[in-house]
Amino acid sequence: MTRDDSNSRGSMGNGGSGEGGVSESPPRDLSRRQFLALAGSGLFVFFPTDPLDAFQEPERLPARQGYPTDFNAYLRVGPDSRVTCFVGKVELGQGAMTSLAQLLAEELDVALDSVDMVMGDTDLCPWDMGTFGSLSIRQFGPVLRGAGAEARAVLLEMAAEQLQAPAGRLQVTAGVVTDPSAPGKRVTYAQLVQGKRIERRLEKAPVKPVSAFSVVGQSPRRKDALEKVTGKARYAGDFAVPGMLHARVLRPPAHGATLRDLDTAAAEKVDGARVVRDGDLVAVLHERPDLADKALRLVKARFDPPQPSVDDKTIFNHLLKTAPQPRLVGESGSLAEGEKLAANIVEETYLNSYVAHAALETHSATATIEGGKATVWASTQTPFPVKQQVAQALGFTPQNVRIITPYVGGGFGGKSASRQAVEAARLAKLTCKPVQVVFHRDEEFFYDTFRPAAVVKIRAALTGAGKMVLWDYKVYGAGDREARLFYDVPHQRTVSAGGWQGGNPPGMHPFGVGPWRAPSVNTNTFARESHIDILAARAGADPVEFRLGHLSDQRMRRVLEAAARQFGWKPARAPSGRGLGVALGIYAGTYVATMAEVAVNKSTGRVQVIRVVCAQDEGVVVNPDGSRQQMEGSITMGLGYALAEEVRFKNGEVLDRNFDTYEIPRFSWLPKIETILIENPETAALGCGEPPIVTMGAVVANAIHDAVGARLRQLPMTPARIQTALKRA
Amino acid sequence: MQRTISFTLNGKPTRVTVDDQRMLLWVLRSDLGLTGTKFGCGAALCGACTVVVDKEAVRSCSTPVKEVAGKRVLTIEGLSQEGRLHAIQEAFLKHHGSQCGYCTPGMIMNAYALLQKTPRPTRAQIIQHMDDNLCRCGSHHRILNAIQEAAGTMKGGAQ
Ligand code: FES
Ligand code: FES
Repeated sequence: MTRDDSNSRGSMGNGGSGEGGVSESPPRDLSRRQFLALAGSGLFVFFPTDPLDAFQEPERLPARQGYPTDFNAYLRVGPDSRVTCFVGKVELGQGAMTSLAQLLAEELDVALDSVDMVMGDTDLCPWDMGTFGSLSIRQFGPVLRGAGAEARAVLLEMAAEQLQAPAGRLQVTAGVVTDPSAPGKRVTYAQLVQGKRIERRLEKAPVKPVSAFSVVGQSPRRKDALEKVTGKARYAGDFAVPGMLHARVLRPPAHGATLRDLDTAAAEKVDGARVVRDGDLVAVLHERPDLADKALRLVKARFDPPQPSVDDKTIFNHLLKTAPQPRLVGESGSLAEGEKLAANIVEETYLNSYVAHAALETHSATATIEGGKATVWASTQTPFPVKQQVAQALGFTPQNVRIITPYVGGGFGGKSASRQAVEAARLAKLTCKPVQVVFHRDEEFFYDTFRPAAVVKIRAALTGAGKMVLWDYKVYGAGDREARLFYDVPHQRTVSAGGWQGGNPPGMHPFGVGPWRAPSVNTNTFARESHIDILAARAGADPVEFRLGHLSDQRMRRVLEAAARQFGWKPARAPSGRGLGVALGIYAGTYVATMAEVAVNKSTGRVQVIRVVCAQDEGVVVNPDGSRQQMEGSITMGLGYALAEEVRFKNGEVLDRNFDTYEIPRFSWLPKIETILIENPETAALGCGEPPIVTMGAVVANAIHDAVGARLRQLPMTPARIQTALKRA
Repeated sequence: MQRTISFTLNGKPTRVTVDDQRMLLWVLRSDLGLTGTKFGCGAALCGACTVVVDKEAVRSCSTPVKEVAGKRVLTIEGLSQEGRLHAIQEAFLKHHGSQCGYCTPGMIMNAYALLQKTPRPTRAQIIQHMDDNLCRCGSHHRILNAIQEAAGTMKGGAQ
């Protein structure tokens, strides 16, 4: 099988109908074609019933909440020896298409190149909650490995019968079973399953030990790479169904604004334009997206503005005022006791603004409804929840909704919410035409579920001997993930009030908030690691030595020591004038230590990050280069919220609407980046795509302080804020 | 104004009869079905829509189609010749220049224009030329390495 072949399979798996044509067949035809392709290649042989039934009985496909226990849901072996792997996870850029294929290839003992991935298609793939939280490897990985291991064991049993040899003696390489003591005896997986119905299951099939890995731990070429460099990779807005209309939806100027009156006469006169109104949904549709947009601009709409409310400056007091009662996250010792032992108290407040996801692909969806079944290609991180939402909006049963997730052009948590999919489906129903909705950048900012603005208050203290003895931590608005202290402090308490997960009092966050790459942990790490540095300076200690003096967690000591070695850290008391900083963090079980060197221009307040060293312990490393890519991405993206990114708003109006005023990291910002992967075969594979970003706010803040003696307590650390801090320093 | 515009698209003579003020991006993506060129911002701020017109990298979201009349337009779809990837594409593969891949076509086309003019750019020249092409996934280092390598492997610079 050539790479080209495997990639065109991949594209089918990603929700395309195949090869390069400009327009798509309608979806029913498409699924029939897909079905024929699959059935024709014998991919359904594992199913205990006729292949057709697999589509006709959706409940056989695991639509229920929870991962199915039948390994057939995850994999099929075709007579051409190709293995199709079905997962509800999606490819957002994080490389899951490759790393999950590695896990399956490893356990099944087939060649990685022979695995075709079908991802995020709710009709074909087993249920999944969504692709977020660094869970693909940590939580879903074991499920997929288990399925692969069980399938391999079943196939070995079958091979043993066929070859009349004990299963224990057989060996498998690239899907070919051989008997070492009888050379020439061989049978392939494809031969074993061909024409058979296999209902055999095994109670226990152990997964491989780390020491036996040959595919996991390698860095193969990404399965999606070829399609991505040739422009063949398709995203939700790249599907063109015959007869399709492009919709532009009328948006309010501010959150909370209400439509007073509407005049669509001029828009309706545009040749080929259609105006649709259904309750709160007003849309202009046209065969050409830009002409729909032109017509939308002719719609005259007047909105009543919302009540005056908060803006990006008053938000922090507002959060403190509106936050719910703080909830206890963790406690040990007694704060009162700590206060008694305190010789040197440091109390600070840390702030961070709302931050946008700003994936380069805006929310996009293409929807068709035929024969009572809706099919939606959506850029989403949560195809299965979106299926429910679309069904509800249309009044369809969930079985009559299919979400197909092609390549997603970046998510970072922002595509967990997928309003565009529901809008496209509603408009398809209203117009009886296939409809595509692609957000413009201003809609993307307006409807983004931002990383929440937050306030952190810390009161901490040192003994006369410079040991931390008290830690009283309160976070408002962000959430409690990784808010607990991992340093050794005898008397400590952590509380949290409100956060990104919802359940906040109405109006606390004036617009949608949600998960943003390592939710709540960027906020908590910035505050904690800044504060630790202040305490270290108070104690007259080097920030690395001070941290090590309060760390009994061996994994954390190991990442810190590894980073310090690579960085060439030489102890000094801050501010040393060198511009060096350190910050530690944990996210979803993965440990990181980051060190940075910065240069600060004192007159302009501009910061250039010169070098970043990051050591990460993510347990077993599935794909080392993939992990490094994710770490580099995390570090680069983190520079944005550290130095520039904040969403400005006033009275429900989002003022940053495009990349002119909302600046994200670019080539000229790049530091030299060095990544270190800690070898840790004792810990199961964890997520790698989010952890380093959590340290970026603090590591840059600490390095700025080390450079010029100015302490920044608010993110982002813009030139203006740095200049203000310099005046105070 | 509705009129017929003729230009060369990926080596093929092409005619479209359209409102000539429409932006090239939408004509490429919607009228001509070439969806490799991406929409990211619509305001010449991100570079996702970059194509090459004659020898210049151009932001197709902000280029009226009338401006390409009589010119040669090259999009990502036209870069590989007879199934052979261009050196820049090969280098992107090798250096893992794509994560989500959404910025990739624009990055590659902008790099192509650079190497046409400056076959042996320094790293600083690459950074300067590429600086207005945004990548949210943080693939920057890989992209720089890929461009640098492509420059080194292309005989006499870009073909
Ligand atoms: S879409 Fe043209 S520059 Fe962003
Ligand atoms: S790879 Fe995702 S935006 Fe560049």
